[in-house]
Amino acid sequence: MAITRSDVEKVSLLARLQFSDSELDRLTGELAQIVEYVDHLSEVPTEGIEPMAHAVEVHNVFVSDEVMPSLPRDKALANAPRHNDRAFLVPPVLG
Amino acid sequence: MSQLYTTVIGLEVHVQLATKSKLFCRCSTQFGAEPNTQTCSVCLGLPGSLPVMNRTAFDLSLKTAVALNCVIPKFTKWDRKQYYYPDLPKAYQISQYDLPMSSAGWLEISDEKGSFEPKRVRITRAHLEEDAGKSIHDEAAGKADSEIDLNRTGTPLLEIVSEPDLSSSAEAKAYLQELKLLLTHIGVSDCNMQEGSLRVDANINLHIDTPEGKIATPIVEIKNMNSFRAVERALDYEAPRQFRVWQETGQKIGEAPKQTRGWDDSAGVTRGQRSKEESSDYRYFPDPDLVPVLVTDDQVAEARKSLGELPADLRNRFVQEYGLSAYDASVIVNQGQGVTNYFEQVARESGDAKSACKWVTQDILRLLKDGEQEINAIGVSAANLAGMISAVNDGKLPKPRAKEAFELMLSTGSTAQQAIQELGIEQVDESALVELCRELLDKNPRVVADVQSGKVQAIGALIGQAKKLNPNVDPGRFREICLELAMESSSSE
Ligand SMILES: [Zn+2]
Repeated sequence: MAITRSDVEKVSLLARLQFSDSELDRLTGELAQIVEYVDHLSEVPTEGIEPMAHAVEVHNVFVSDEVMPSLPRDKALANAPRHNDRAFLVPPVLG
Repeated sequence: MSQLYTTVIGLEVHVQLATKSKLFCRCSTQFGAEPNTQTCSVCLGLPGSLPVMNRTAFDLSLKTAVALNCVIPKFTKWDRKQYYYPDLPKAYQISQYDLPMSSAGWLEISDEKGSFEPKRVRITRAHLEEDAGKSIHDEAAGKADSEIDLNRTGTPLLEIVSEPDLSSSAEAKAYLQELKLLLTHIGVSDCNMQEGSLRVDANINLHIDTPEGKIATPIVEIKNMNSFRAVERALDYEAPRQFRVWQETGQKIGEAPKQTRGWDDSAGVTRGQRSKEESSDYRYFPDPDLVPVLVTDDQVAEARKSLGELPADLRNRFVQEYGLSAYDASVIVNQGQGVTNYFEQVARESGDAKSACKWVTQDILRLLKDGEQEINAIGVSAANLAGMISAVNDGKLPKPRAKEAFELMLSTGSTAQQAIQELGIEQVDESALVELCRELLDKNPRVVADVQSGKVQAIGALIGQAKKLNPNVDPGRFREICLELAMESSSSE
């Protein structure tokens, strides 16, 4: 599976990342290399093998429904680029 | 209109499950808290945090899926649905993609007034996912910053998707009402629309018969409907709008992308929104942080057993056991568990289900509508109403005065016994009643003559007089005795 420049443009749009032309060129090459590397996996014969949904054979891990203290608000907001002490602030979102 | 096209509707309903804590962390799900006071490293999506599945959320989902007659696969897993939005801190939502926890169920709907034929609406799937946060926009200018409140982030939601089996807004509304009744009945959600515990998106298009054969119009998804009434109005608006667009453009399904439109309740119209990202754009993949869940047959059987009697079962039983009409049984059961239990207690304790039904469907439901009161807050308890019905049946409370007693019981919370005393209602014994009839007949020979010549209604004049002399007189019985005596005197003369 070859990565094209338009694939990179589409994915960057979905991730809301903006790149310059030269960055897009560089990323297309780098991503193509990564995908090519992962493509080696397709050389493994997988005929008749059931797909795994998880890397480890563990299932049914639950925790009981009990409320524990949340973060204090100032801590929750601490890493936000912008906040007004009660909410995170972001550029206007259109409904 | 129905000759021009048929409407095809499928509904996607999100219900918030009744857990105390969130789906993958232990933050509270309590509605109405100060913004951003119910978050932690997991629901904020901070690096290094790990989600762990809330057992109750899964159990409630399973219970719901079983109540919706779904197939429960033995294996289910969670996936990441990636999209970028300010109220989604991880930039992905943990949801279920190709192996949801349930599929292929159904819900039966009907209309007690008979506006459509009863039908089974197929349920495509019900799956468990997490909610996003809330954006608070600057309504006025749309220029100031938006505030983001992440309290709701990670709240457990069950997404219930129907097949496009609904063919009118009335059916859509009935489906939503029946679903809400079922979910509140089994206690998996409070389904409070004002608090966002139940949200509805509708997919709608038209099938049009044309000379070239049947065609379908492009599918539109409608959002922002905040009440069942809004869903009904939005669908009623959207169907003819699509027909007009088709007449103008001739566009068929596949010739235009699926469109998302928002319902504007005050303007009463749907408006186009940004085009929806294609499903592949979400780039789903299995969430490596969460392990799959295996469900055994025993667990499914257990969930089924925990359901008890469902609303549909109750309607059937009320018809069978109490002899109610299907209409009355629906009216009672559709009010929810509170009214249903109230009715049953009145019916059992009075041993008179017909009267219980009459009082509940007429007087009690009127009170619930008038005052927006809860059934438990009504002044007449089920036990007291049963006592009142028994008093009428035992002749301790004349039927015509029952309403008076009911009103008094309502305002004072008293028992039937107390109300009867307070109103000074005493049973007039038969001999006193006969005495009274004789006295009045003697004073009114004219009436006697009229009755004897066949004008039975002449007795009416005496009933008023009798009630003045003794307000406890049962007018029905008084009338009977008078007629008897008047006829007797004619045969003896
Ligand atoms: Zn949390």
